[in-house]
Amino acid sequence: MKLLTLNFLTCARRTCKSSPLSFPLHPCDAELEIADVDFSLDFLRNILPRLEWDAMVALCSELSLPLSATVPAAAELSGAGDEPTQSAKDLHHLLLETNITAGKLVCGNCGHEYAIKEGIANFLLPAHMV
Amino acid sequence: MSTQPPDSSDYESEHVHQVYEQIASHFSSTRYKPWPIVERFLLSLPDGSIGLDIGCGNGKYLSVNKNVYILASDRSTNLTKIASTHQPHSALVADTIALPHKPASFDFAISIAVVHHLSTPERRREAIHSILALLRRAENGKEAGKALIYVWALEQKDSRRGWDSGNDQDVLVPWVMKEKRPKQPKKNRSKDSTADEDPTKKDENVDLENNSAVGPKHQSGEKTFHRYYHLYRSGELEQDITHADGLVLDSGYEKDNWWAIASPKS
Ligand SMILES: [Zn+2]
Repeated sequence: MKLLTLNFLTCARRTCKSSPLSFPLHPCDAELEIADVDFSLDFLRNILPRLEWDAMVALCSELSLPLSATVPAAAELSGAGDEPTQSAKDLHHLLLETNITAGKLVCGNCGHEYAIKEGIANFLLPAHMV
Repeated sequence: MSTQPPDSSDYESEHVHQVYEQIASHFSSTRYKPWPIVERFLLSLPDGSIGLDIGCGNGKYLSVNKNVYILASDRSTNLTKIASTHQPHSALVADTIALPHKPASFDFAISIAVVHHLSTPERRREAIHSILALLRRAENGKEAGKALIYVWALEQKDSRRGWDSGNDQDVLVPWVMKEKRPKQPKKNRSKDSTADEDPTKKDENVDLENNSAVGPKHQSGEKTFHRYYHLYRSGELEQDITHADGLVLDSGYEKDNWWAIASPKS
C-alpha cells in the first residue's frame, strides 16, 4: 500500500469518524518496499493541495522517512521547460513508490489494529464493532 | 411469489462474499472491458479528481483514467490483490457500509454491480447513503461530489436469462467454474476465455446455460456457486437514492442494468 493512501484513510468504525484522533492511522511494525510507478508531474501537482500535510509529515516521521515540514510550492516542482525538479521526484518516490507491505495500521482513538498483508490493508470489522 | 431472503449480513456473507473470494481469479479473467456509461463518467472527471471505487472487484475501472486518483475497495482480498496492480490508484479490503474514509471529502465515487448484492431494502439504502456521505457537499459555488451507481435490472427480457417485470426480484444466480483439465483441446479453452468479450454482457461466462450447450451438466471438474442478487425494477434505484438523502442528477438503462448519477443533498 503506497503512502499516499494513508492521507485518505481513517478508522472504519462509525464512532471514531468524528474524533480527530482517528486520522491519520498510525503504522506499526511496518515493512517498507519500493515499487516503480510512472512519474506524472500533473498528478503530483494536483494531489499536493489535497494532502493533509501535517498528518503526512507526522506519518513519515513515524516511519523515519523524510518529508519537508511545509508543502512545496508549485514552483518548486518544475524548472526550465517544465522539467521535474529533484524535490518533485523525491515526493513521487515517497508518496507513490514507497509501500507498506506488512504491518498494522492503528486507530489513535479506539486502538483497533488493521492488518496489512502482502501490501493489502484489511478494514473489515467484526459485526459488533461496525 | 418473492423469495425474500433473511435480513442478515450472514446471508450475504455466505451468498456473496464467500463466493467472490472463491471464484476471484476465474471471475477476474472474465472482467476486463469497462461498460460504456462507467467509462464515460470516469473520463468526464476533471484531472486531479479524487474518488472511490466501492466494490471494485478486480479493478477493471482503474485503468480508464490515470489523471484522477481512485481509492478502490472490495470485500474480497483475492480480488483486491488483482485491483492493487493498477497505478497510480490504491486498493484495500473494506465493507461498503464501513469504509475507512472521512465523510464529505471525495469528488466522486463509483459503485458498479454492488448494491444489488445486499439482501434487504434497508441495507441497500444504507449502502447508498454511506456512499453519498463520503462525497463533498456543494459549497462556494463548487458543485457537490457525484456518485455513479449501477445495478442489475429485472427488465432484461432480451438477455440470455430472460427475466422481465413479472419475475421474482430476489434470485440466486449460479456461477459454474470449470477446473482446468490437462487434456482439454486448446481451441475449446480459448473459446471459453473469449466468451466474455462483449462489454455490454453482464454475467455471462460459463454459467449453466452455456454449459448445457457444450456437455452434460454436473460433469466432473465443475463447481457451481450461487450469488444472491436483488434485481432492480424501473424507478427503484432512483427511489432508493431519494430515501438515502440523495439527489438524482441523471439516470438510465444500459444493457440489462439500471444506473444513476447522484449527489448528496446539501
Ligand atoms: Zn477507531
